Amino acid sequence: MKATIRKILGDVARLDVPPASLADSDDLYAAGLSSLATVHVMLALENAFEIEIPDRMLTRQLFRSIDSLAGAVSTIRQQQEAA
Amino acid sequence: MRSVARIALAHANPGDVSAAEDSLLAAAHAAAAVAAEHADAVDREARFPEEAFAALREQRLLGAMVPVALGGAGASLAMVTTICRILGEACAATGMIYAMHQIQVACVVEHGGGSAWHDGLLTRVADDQLLLASATSEEAIGGALRTSGCAVSADGGRFHLLKMAPTISYGAHADGILVTARRHADAAPSDQVLVCVMKSDYTLQSLNTWDTLGMRGTCSNGFRLEATGDVAQIMPVSFHEIADGTMTPVSHIVWGALWLGVASDAVSRAKTFFQGQARAHPGSLPPSGARVAEAVGMLQLMEARLDMALAHQQARHRADGGSVSAAFALAAEMNGLKTSLSTLALQAVQQALMVCGMAGYKHGTPFSLGRHLRDLWSAPLMINNDRIQANTANLLLADRS
Repeated sequence: MKATIRKILGDVARLDVPPASLADSDDLYAAGLSSLATVHVMLALENAFEIEIPDRMLTRQLFRSIDSLAGAVSTIRQQQEAA
Repeated sequence: MRSVARIALAHANPGDVSAAEDSLLAAAHAAAAVAAEHADAVDREARFPEEAFAALREQRLLGAMVPVALGGAGASLAMVTTICRILGEACAATGMIYAMHQIQVACVVEHGGGSAWHDGLLTRVADDQLLLASATSEEAIGGALRTSGCAVSADGGRFHLLKMAPTISYGAHADGILVTARRHADAAPSDQVLVCVMKSDYTLQSLNTWDTLGMRGTCSNGFRLEATGDVAQIMPVSFHEIADGTMTPVSHIVWGALWLGVASDAVSRAKTFFQGQARAHPGSLPPSGARVAEAVGMLQLMEARLDMALAHQQARHRADGGSVSAAFALAAEMNGLKTSLSTLALQAVQQALMVCGMAGYKHGTPFSLGRHLRDLWSAPLMINNDRIQANTANLLLADRS
């Protein structure tokens, strides 16, 4: 899952550094993630993982790191499977 | 300090608040009278509106937004918006400079909290009526607010900063400048801070001249800005927080207000012209009547749009949630405020020009509208509306409502 997230970050996040050089816990905002780019990251995640990120989860914290993105995707998948 | 001011305000007698607002309005009208008198000369000579700013200082209006506890008038954003409109009716350049100054003050009031240096700056803005300017654009970067090339270079408790700025409005006339820069030499272009630099600690070398279609009195030429200072002058929070929370929304609100002021003055000239025509031919309505009615309707639309933006900006203050989509929705709305008011203001003046005809087209008549039209053509260009619309479209991708 994290490989897919890294690919998405490379494709749409327009970071200042290549995603491959980032640790899972590194701060994406410090790596140059703009608030506009988070929109495209969100849409790409939804498309790749066939999920819909609910409004209440759309916080700045969600996009903080590869770890936080992976955690959110897992949570939403579990909820969608349970539903 | 801010919480002290808020508590004080909450306990104040409502009568005192309205008396304070009345006196601010009277001060704004007094300064506007001076600005109006010199507006044509400022425009013709492309010079800083010094008479108007002497009057604004005399009326203590540069510190209007500084909290009462720090010696200011503690004016709300809504009150400052009204003052910008009043000044815009008199002289667009004066209104724009005043608006830009208040944007800087608002950034320091909202985000300098807890920093003794920034409280001290606000005290000086109120006591000494300092004028604050802004340096966000950069030669190598262009107008992208959220990207910097230059970096703060700190050594011990001091910093050094060099910025090649393609424009610093009224830079040569300011007492202090708020400058965006990367946090340190190795920081990403988006990892920005906002630094308050003071006239005694910087040198400005003019890079070009400001000879433009309109807004000629803002003297927004480019400068090589080299500054030093104490690291305490760096704002305590990241620039992205300042830009999203205050700088961008407040800019769009106060700019919109002064554009409304410029358009109001134009429509008021048209109304006077139209009423004169009607008086000369009693019993018949001049052919331009429908245009007057339409122009007045446009002003009302602009006013309502501005009120809505003010209400939503205040609501954001009350509920400072972490929701990204709510923040995006508000940002999209503020973008819409900017693009629609800049467009509507121009349209209203064009209607006014059709009403006044040749009297409006000529310079030096009571109905001249050339300056209004030229000044307002800056509105869709300063942060280009095309760029803003693209940004809004991006934000709307995240809209789940």
